[in-house]
Amino acid sequence: MIDLISLCTFNASYVHTIDSDALEQWPAFFTKKCTYRITNYENERDKLPSGIVFADSRAMLEDRIAALRKANIYERHRYRHIVGIPLVKSFKDNELVACTSFIVVRIMHTGESTLFVTGEYLDRFENIDGQLLLSERIAVCDSTVIDTLLVLPL
Amino acid sequence: MNEQPIYWKSRSLTRVPFSLYSDQQTADDEQDRIYRGATWNYLCLEVELPAPGNYRTTFIGETPVVVVKDNGNEIYAFENRCSHRGALIALEKSGKVENFQCVYHAWNYNRQGDLIGVAFEKGVKGQGGMSTSFCKNDHGPRKLLVSVYCGLVFGSFSEGVPPIDEYLGPEICTRLERVMNKPVKVIGRFTQALPNNWKLYFENVKDSYHASLLHLFFTTFELNRLSQKGGVIVDETGGHHVSYSMIDSAAADESYKEQGLRSDDSRYRLKDPSVLAGFKEYDDGITLQILSVFPGFVLQQIQNCLAVRQILPKGVEHTELNWTYIGYKDDTPEQHNVRLKQLNLVGPAGFISMEDGAVGGFVQRGIAGARDLDAVVEMGGEGTGSSEGRATETSVRGFWKAYRSHMEAST
Repeated sequence: MIDLISLCTFNASYVHTIDSDALEQWPAFFTKKCTYRITNYENERDKLPSGIVFADSRAMLEDRIAALRKANIYERHRYRHIVGIPLVKSFKDNELVACTSFIVVRIMHTGESTLFVTGEYLDRFENIDGQLLLSERIAVCDSTVIDTLLVLPL
Repeated sequence: MNEQPIYWKSRSLTRVPFSLYSDQQTADDEQDRIYRGATWNYLCLEVELPAPGNYRTTFIGETPVVVVKDNGNEIYAFENRCSHRGALIALEKSGKVENFQCVYHAWNYNRQGDLIGVAFEKGVKGQGGMSTSFCKNDHGPRKLLVSVYCGLVFGSFSEGVPPIDEYLGPEICTRLERVMNKPVKVIGRFTQALPNNWKLYFENVKDSYHASLLHLFFTTFELNRLSQKGGVIVDETGGHHVSYSMIDSAAADESYKEQGLRSDDSRYRLKDPSVLAGFKEYDDGITLQILSVFPGFVLQQIQNCLAVRQILPKGVEHTELNWTYIGYKDDTPEQHNVRLKQLNLVGPAGFISMEDGAVGGFVQRGIAGARDLDAVVEMGGEGTGSSEGRATETSVRGFWKAYRSHMEAST
């Protein structure tokens, strides 16, 4: 049984992990074999499959974090995520499908806060030995435009 | 000869006035002399207009345009501006129509951009109506010349532009055909808003010098060692270029270690290297080819990541970069999946391209107080010729050669 409070707690913990720069813990919210993709509304509508981030394993998510820590160059910034209440679409055989709105404000080290992205998580949760994990999270951005770059996960 | 408002200190292309990136008059002149001048501008892929009536809206510089397929599969393009009051004729990014109708006063245009209907042209109950001297044939949005080359649709506002193959030159044509050798399909579209003048991004595309210094991911995985076999091709006009390389895993590159540059970190390894797994795309062994066409088109092959990029100015200090990710129509499911995974390398969140979204802004902010000073573009000498090595700024100088020839041409 996966209840709404569990989902809300999961999402609160997920965004707190990103927003508090505990990014090394972020992949642990996913199953070992998982899908994580960032795309936009128009690509989803037109059934265009590519993402700006596309991972099919937890290890790829760990590589994303390793890359942003060690390789990629960008100005220091952080996010503030606000997530909505999950809308549960279906639940059977320990697998739950839900969608949840999000808003992300980007705070640059220079002090500028801007609305970076809004969108919807399309999620597939699994209950594995009593632990809730994402086997799929597709972050569908409402806008087709990404300002400057996207390096921290959504 | 028209004087440019910005002062170039000499004919040399090795010093570029910083004010060119922030001057409003220059930006206005670029619209006239470059975008509405004798240039070919990328509009869309031919495959994006599959049937008669399919259209897309885009821009040439800041000018909105419609590109549409008519009966007989001819492609037409015209300014997206009603000849009545100037409102946009088409509002959507894409769609399918019989005719276009402006929403404001319902003036009608066919798919070739001809004005074919004026609402209440004869008036209502004998009252009003257009004057008898008004001739619809004399009124219509400006039409563009259209050329379709290897599945790419280009448009030009200028009657004086050379034919597309002549404009590109034989070497660029060959390299374009190399990638666009069979039917493609769109697999995703993304837009990146860049906080800088359009020229800074176009120069970045042409700058093969920075790639392995700014983008660590490339270097670590031996995708782009400067010592690799490869080179830079610059066309006769200077405006177009190709930068290419081939993987040579046997070639040890000591020059990075000697200089202690940041971009060498041999301890860095991926936990899931399947992101880089690929297949042999072409027989020539070239794994990276970046091709640019003046003033704002890029065709990219990075391993199996294929994409076109359209660079559009949005005011003096803002640029829109439109990415269209493509594959081939005959891709196997496995090849399709390889492309989806490798696309992590490119785009607004790309392991090897995200920095390009930010560096232009670093320059734009850095030069705020330097209107009278110049950028130094001297790596690899003063020339604009093709080059075997890639530690060169020859294609950046080539860009300025083409830029100056358009901006300083007599009108």
